[in-house]
Amino acid sequence: MNNFEPKIIGFLCNWCSYAGADLAGVSRLQYPANLRVVRVMCSGRVDPTFVFKALDVGADGVLIAGCHPGDCHYSDGNYNTMRRYPLMLQVLEQMGVDKRRVRLEWVSAAEGPQFAKIVNEFTEQIRRLGPFKKGELAERGAKVG
Amino acid sequence: MAKLKLAIYWAAACGGCDVAVLDVHEKILDIADAADILLWPVATDHKYADVEKMAPGSIDVCLFNGAVRNSENEHIAKMLREKSKVMVAFGSCAVSGGIPALANFKRREDILQRVYMDTPSTVNPEQVLPVTDCPVPEGVLHLPEFFGFVHSLNQVVEVDYYVPGCPPTAERIWEVVQAIATGNLPAAGATVGALDKSLCDECPREKSNKKIKRFYRSHEIIPDPQQCLLEQGLLCMGPVTRGGCGGQCISANMPCRGCYGPLPGVLDQGAKYISSIGAIIDARTPEEVKKILAGIADPAGTFYRFGMSTALLKGANR
Ligand code: SF4
Ligand code: SF4
Repeated sequence: MNNFEPKIIGFLCNWCSYAGADLAGVSRLQYPANLRVVRVMCSGRVDPTFVFKALDVGADGVLIAGCHPGDCHYSDGNYNTMRRYPLMLQVLEQMGVDKRRVRLEWVSAAEGPQFAKIVNEFTEQIRRLGPFKKGELAERGAKVG
Repeated sequence: MAKLKLAIYWAAACGGCDVAVLDVHEKILDIADAADILLWPVATDHKYADVEKMAPGSIDVCLFNGAVRNSENEHIAKMLREKSKVMVAFGSCAVSGGIPALANFKRREDILQRVYMDTPSTVNPEQVLPVTDCPVPEGVLHLPEFFGFVHSLNQVVEVDYYVPGCPPTAERIWEVVQAIATGNLPAAGATVGALDKSLCDECPREKSNKKIKRFYRSHEIIPDPQQCLLEQGLLCMGPVTRGGCGGQCISANMPCRGCYGPLPGVLDQGAKYISSIGAIIDARTPEEVKKILAGIADPAGTFYRFGMSTALLKGANR
């Protein structure tokens, strides 16, 4: 497990979180290169299909980041994200996926340090969880389904 | 024109698909007129051995219903594929696993444990489990192997056409048989006997702004017969499910359960449904969301009721 470098897909909204990541970059803050960023126009655009597909094709973790509630460029998009997320976690767990692999965070354009901190923490968490394998919960003997 | 050579088979199935074929009523005589039936275990007395002897391609069309749950299902699927010019995955079980594939939430060991040891009606002090080879004084008895994963038909053999539905409705079956008989078929790989638009599109119920404060299970509410069921808090799968079924559940005041499968281009019906539901829950804080979601008893089992073989994340199995 020592050499395990997690692959993490990050869906970042254009208006806040992507700008926050950009700020972290220009401020030369260090965060691991495990995060592969996909810029989306709004966190509300992140269909759960994207998350499931990412895990299906080899991601070990997925980060969704959007503007803080109330700050959405499209006024309501991130509320959809807020409502989908817990339902998605329930389904993930029933599917035998450790739900700690998928995280939702609110990051504004001014929160570069916050963004770097989240990526650091999340990468560490995924590193501890190890590579994603379908049915991992059942394999660990947890009751799923 | 030579008569169409037809085979109809059931694998891990409930028999509903076969009954649905019989449900075309007097048109069954037209089918019998247009087709020679070479194998149909539910209705005729042909033997597997007869089919085994046939040359490849002897069967024009095979309507295969049921999922592939054990090695016998797999064996017959492969044999029928070889003998058939056109292989049709018929019904939700063959298309995407259907009801039998709900077992994919559990591991093989857990299923055997539950069924052969733990159910209240089971008495099995010697802890006997089915095995594939069982020596007895007369020789060795063979049983099919119970797979760890319930497969859709196309995970085992190449499939030419898909006819979804649990079961497909009789009208659609008739259309499909006619299309096959006249050679009037779309390109291989197509879904036939279903529409490319959602059930909502053809649903006659009144739709307004969807905002849900509470979810109900079917037994907790008698819904208004005119208004959209989803708006009344019932988990109707209409928004993410192909139309073409004629809306039988909807007209019986029951929500759509999703048996006609995902719309064209949708990878994962359940994921799409999470997306739809998220957009209409009437809540602005995580606490409110949590309270409303508590009304959904078994999200994955409900959203993937017919599609666990083909879901992106495959349950307890790999
Ligand atoms: S699709 Fe439905 S009707 Fe057909 S075999 Fe499966 S469960 Fe039965
Ligand atoms: S959600 Fe169900 S009841 Fe409402 S319009 Fe769609 S199919 Fe009809």
